[in-house]
Amino acid sequence: MFDVNKIRNDFPMIRNNPELIYFDNGATTFKPDYVIEGINDFYNNYTSNVERGDYDIAIKADKAYHNTRNIISKMINCQAKEIAFMSNITACLNQIVYGLSYELKENDVVLLTQEEHASNLLPWFRLAKQKGIIIKYIPIDIQGNIIFDELVKLIDSNVKVISIAYMSNVLGSIAPIKKISELAHKNDIRLVVDAAQAIGHIKLDVKDLDVDYLCFSSHKMLGPDGVGVLYGKYDLLSNMQPMLLGGGMNARFDNEGNIILKDAPERFEAGTPNIEGVIGLARASEYLMDIGLDNIHNYEIELKKYLMSKLKDINTIEIYNPDNLSGIVSFNVKDVFAQDAATYLSSKNIAVRSGNHCAKILHNVIGTDQSIRASMYLYNTKEEIDKFVAEVKNINLDSVISVFL
Amino acid sequence: MNYKDIFDDQNMMRELLLDHYQNPHNHGLVDNNRYTSKHMASASCIDDITIQLDVDNDIIKDIRFDGVACTISTASTSMMSDLLIGKNLNEAKHIIDEYMKMINNEEYDFDLLEEANAFKNVYKQANRIKCATIGWDGISELINEKENGNG
Ligand SMILES: Cc1ncc(COP(=O)(O)O)c(C=O)c1O
Repeated sequence: MFDVNKIRNDFPMIRNNPELIYFDNGATTFKPDYVIEGINDFYNNYTSNVERGDYDIAIKADKAYHNTRNIISKMINCQAKEIAFMSNITACLNQIVYGLSYELKENDVVLLTQEEHASNLLPWFRLAKQKGIIIKYIPIDIQGNIIFDELVKLIDSNVKVISIAYMSNVLGSIAPIKKISELAHKNDIRLVVDAAQAIGHIKLDVKDLDVDYLCFSSHKMLGPDGVGVLYGKYDLLSNMQPMLLGGGMNARFDNEGNIILKDAPERFEAGTPNIEGVIGLARASEYLMDIGLDNIHNYEIELKKYLMSKLKDINTIEIYNPDNLSGIVSFNVKDVFAQDAATYLSSKNIAVRSGNHCAKILHNVIGTDQSIRASMYLYNTKEEIDKFVAEVKNINLDSVISVFL
Repeated sequence: MNYKDIFDDQNMMRELLLDHYQNPHNHGLVDNNRYTSKHMASASCIDDITIQLDVDNDIIKDIRFDGVACTISTASTSMMSDLLIGKNLNEAKHIIDEYMKMINNEEYDFDLLEEANAFKNVYKQANRIKCATIGWDGISELINEKENGNG
């Protein structure tokens, strides 16, 4: 059974800040004791590097580090060797674009959407400049949902890659990944999925979805900062050039400059990795699987529906994604600058995000270049929503200015 | 009511800020090559404003500004323009220095800042200090450029 009070009690950030209403889970998430204890255990009891020690604690650290691959592979249904650890999803997406840069040629087309996060746009923009690949945007509706029929129309033999977010970080729209992967593979197109906002919120099964690459950041799924997970189908990973070269990823090299790389996934893990982070990530995954990702998703939908039912009567606000079934609500208060509204909410101990959310070209679609984003997660409650709604009602020019007086 | 008391009266301060936000002074850019201009875009928020400065014989003849900006950056830039127009460059720099002291919650010269005293409590919202200074930083850079002969 999903017991939010029990869950809340697992989080020191919640125990230590009882007044805080944290609705910025799209930016990052709190960590449960179980994760923090795992990291402390590593530092307190078996600190060492991985891949190179011949002594007990190093072997233990190495085991724990690699065991995270097993646990992640259970969570997203793949093989352990299809999981590589990098520093965040931004690094993973850059790695994928780097890898594909060896294959893509001038005039090859990459399909993105205008609601992508900067990390799934800027690497492609650079490749477009360097190589003359062509970027096209898949049309989305005003709530950020991909219009599948329009996507179909864009497909031709020049399209080589589709790279999209599973869930938008601004609008919480969920892409029909399975349908898109079928379409992609029928047409020999590679599918890259940015699962930053979906991981830990929705059950992901990469085999069932049949995606080619999928990546996410640990910190958005209750895990530590500084770890990104790169999943790739093994034959694709095996043939991908690593972006970073150095220790830990080569098998041998000589003074003629010949390098033999390790196999995937270690090939993508140059340098000492974030060992504590990877160990903590395993625990975050266990914690989430224990609660059940379907339960979490259903609870978020329940929260979203509850919030919408309360917000719909407030006529001073405009909501951009009322129908998307995830924990994200993007809105503006009429005539109030989003950041001013967020500062007001902050003065009431409510943490939300304002701005363009690293999706700086989305305003073309939703008609505003800034909004307030409230993003909820498994430890948020209806009582918090009630307090939040009461304060949203209070937002106006007078009240936002009063915060500064 | 004593002029000083306005800044202890929340309602009057709010009115003052609202007025500068809704009807900013010296707002709108001009197309005139006597002016030097500076584009200020804050990396941490959405504020994105352009400021223009016209100096003649060491005296600030005009300041103009425009752009996308929150209440605080709009009102503070509007007040800045009121305060600095008509001053010579040294006076202007002195006013800017005193304003920055106020924003950093240090001792400052109350009488010099006139309406801009409305921002005396902004320091309590640490993440918004940038909004209260973006216009002031811009004019400061323009004045420096003037004095270094490349403006
Ligand atoms: C959809 C999406 N992609 C990518 C990222 C980048 O994540 P990170 O900063 O952990 O690399 C984010 C983070 O906000 C995101 O929401």
